[in-house]
Amino acid sequence: MIKSQFKSPLFPYLLLLPQLSIVVIFFYWPAAEAIRSSFYLEDPFGFSSTFVGLDNFRDMVSRSDYVATAEFTIIFSVIVTLFSLAIALLLAVTADRVLRGASTYKTLLMWVYAIAPPVAALIGIMMFDTLVGPIARFFQALGWNYQLGTNRFDTAFAMIVISIWKQVPVNFIFFLSGLQGIPKSVQEAAAIDCASSTRRFWTITFPLLAPTGFFLLIINITYSLFDTFGIIDVVLKGEPGNNPVTLVYKVFLDGFRGNDLGGSSAQSVILMILVLILTVFQFRLIERRVHYN
Amino acid sequence: MAKVVIDNVRKVYPNGTEALSPSSLNIEDGEFIVLVGPSGCGKSTLLRMIAGLEDITEGSISIGERVVNTLDPAERDIAMVFQNYALYPHMSVYKNMAYGLKNRGMPKADIDTAVQKAAKLLHIEEFLNRKPSQLSGGQRQRVAMGRAIVRDPALFLFDEPLSNLDAKLRNQMRIEIRKLQRELGVTSIYVTHDQIEAMTMADRIAVLNTGKIEQIGTPAQIYHTPASIFVASFMGAPPMNILNGHYNGNGGLEIKDLGHVAVDHKLEVTGDIQVGIRPENVEIHRKEEPHTIPIKVDFLEELGAGRLLHTTIGSTPFIAHLDNEHQIDGETVFAHLPAKALHLFDASTGRRV
Repeated sequence: MIKSQFKSPLFPYLLLLPQLSIVVIFFYWPAAEAIRSSFYLEDPFGFSSTFVGLDNFRDMVSRSDYVATAEFTIIFSVIVTLFSLAIALLLAVTADRVLRGASTYKTLLMWVYAIAPPVAALIGIMMFDTLVGPIARFFQALGWNYQLGTNRFDTAFAMIVISIWKQVPVNFIFFLSGLQGIPKSVQEAAAIDCASSTRRFWTITFPLLAPTGFFLLIINITYSLFDTFGIIDVVLKGEPGNNPVTLVYKVFLDGFRGNDLGGSSAQSVILMILVLILTVFQFRLIERRVHYN
Repeated sequence: MAKVVIDNVRKVYPNGTEALSPSSLNIEDGEFIVLVGPSGCGKSTLLRMIAGLEDITEGSISIGERVVNTLDPAERDIAMVFQNYALYPHMSVYKNMAYGLKNRGMPKADIDTAVQKAAKLLHIEEFLNRKPSQLSGGQRQRVAMGRAIVRDPALFLFDEPLSNLDAKLRNQMRIEIRKLQRELGVTSIYVTHDQIEAMTMADRIAVLNTGKIEQIGTPAQIYHTPASIFVASFMGAPPMNILNGHYNGNGGLEIKDLGHVAVDHKLEVTGDIQVGIRPENVEIHRKEEPHTIPIKVDFLEELGAGRLLHTTIGSTPFIAHLDNEHQIDGETVFAHLPAKALHLFDASTGRRV
């Protein structure tokens, strides 16, 4: 590694300044502002604010709609994460058998990932629309009176399916490259050692994919918690009504629709802590446990 | 322990290239066969077909009494040692060795006995709890061997197992593998591109070139009576000298740029011939004598145990091996090519005549 010496000890800091200022202005400052306002009660027009201590937090956890939203968020995240990982893994294993290094095919499979979440949701709505959506019509033909936007469960179903569909390609690509990173000779040695291909998958391929899997697990939890905002917003057409929302969406609703800046800040502080825990978890536990070479 | 019969086996890849033209090879029980040849000659393809890692296009392979063409690799009762060892990186050495046995449903106690025995044989007992990434190349090689041994297979397959090791370790492992194979008496097929490995390890060698078996024979047969120019020049270091010549049909052999050489037996072909002579069979004299030709010494290569004299005859490079007592002064020496040491090949087919 090349080590260069700077004449002035301040010069390296000057070089860091642009990056640092971006981080401070766009990350730390808003975060600090959110934490500060979570302790204040603000009047809806933003003229005055009163320090209320932990009242916003107390109020938040005692409200049944918050608890319901938290519960839905957990269910939503677990289902989206599990299914988008499982479907992607299944697809990757199947694809790995037939294409070793056929990159055009891979690129094609990757395309869905390039679609922005709201656009993905728009496409999803077209599919799930109660009146014209082919999937909704299909369900209705099967006897399930599918009602997007009216029925709580049906709306949640559409949100989850669209979120999974949007995330499968990126997982697929990571799994596929993980699979192709497993030396061919190791697979062949396993083929000589083990007659059952299912057993081979669980004892050799799957453990060797674990680093990829753990990385994707964190990425997917983060995705389902936060990045699905656009999908949810479009599916709900901005009007949740009786339909379920996730915690992030509730922050937006309470803060910008309900003008409860203090309460919404308190919610976002909780989410911030959640992200912090996930990040620490990712760096500490996972990177240490799943490391081979 | 088993005989292996390779009967007219052919390999054609889906894109139409023929990796191996129909080849046959009978391997005796307990025999150590080396498949040798340059890269792309089909030796690995043949090995992989025996292992079941490649489909057989035509012909049949049997191990023991069973035709294994359609059997899965795991059902062929074989063990294979790979070039890059192919150890399972997430398993300890012990688990690497036990994996195959566990999958066959062997009781835990029996697995333990087998693994401990193999580990002792290979001196890797102290590494049993380590992961492959914590081992050196030589140790990984031993573990790969151990994984093959514990399975107690009918057939060992080696795919260039020593080519990732440094020269010193390679010589050591070469001897160890051979000793081990003799002890265990398991039929073995060993693929290498290294002719020294082939010569030193094999009971019999099969030399392959461009998808064909050129010659099958003991190391001595291969070395002393090569069946083709390819075998002659591939086996032996430094390689055999090959010169152009002409045979007129009645004992007169004319070597280009060298002159007339008497051959004692009558050849079946007439016309252009290629003449080979091993460097150690060239006799070098300081003074001119009957049946010698003057050659210019380009340079001498010191080997310690001898020296190699490099020259060119016409435009063909030519090497002669000199003993240590052979003193050379001056730039010109006189070479004698003994008729009985000459190997004659048909210039058009490359086959021995």
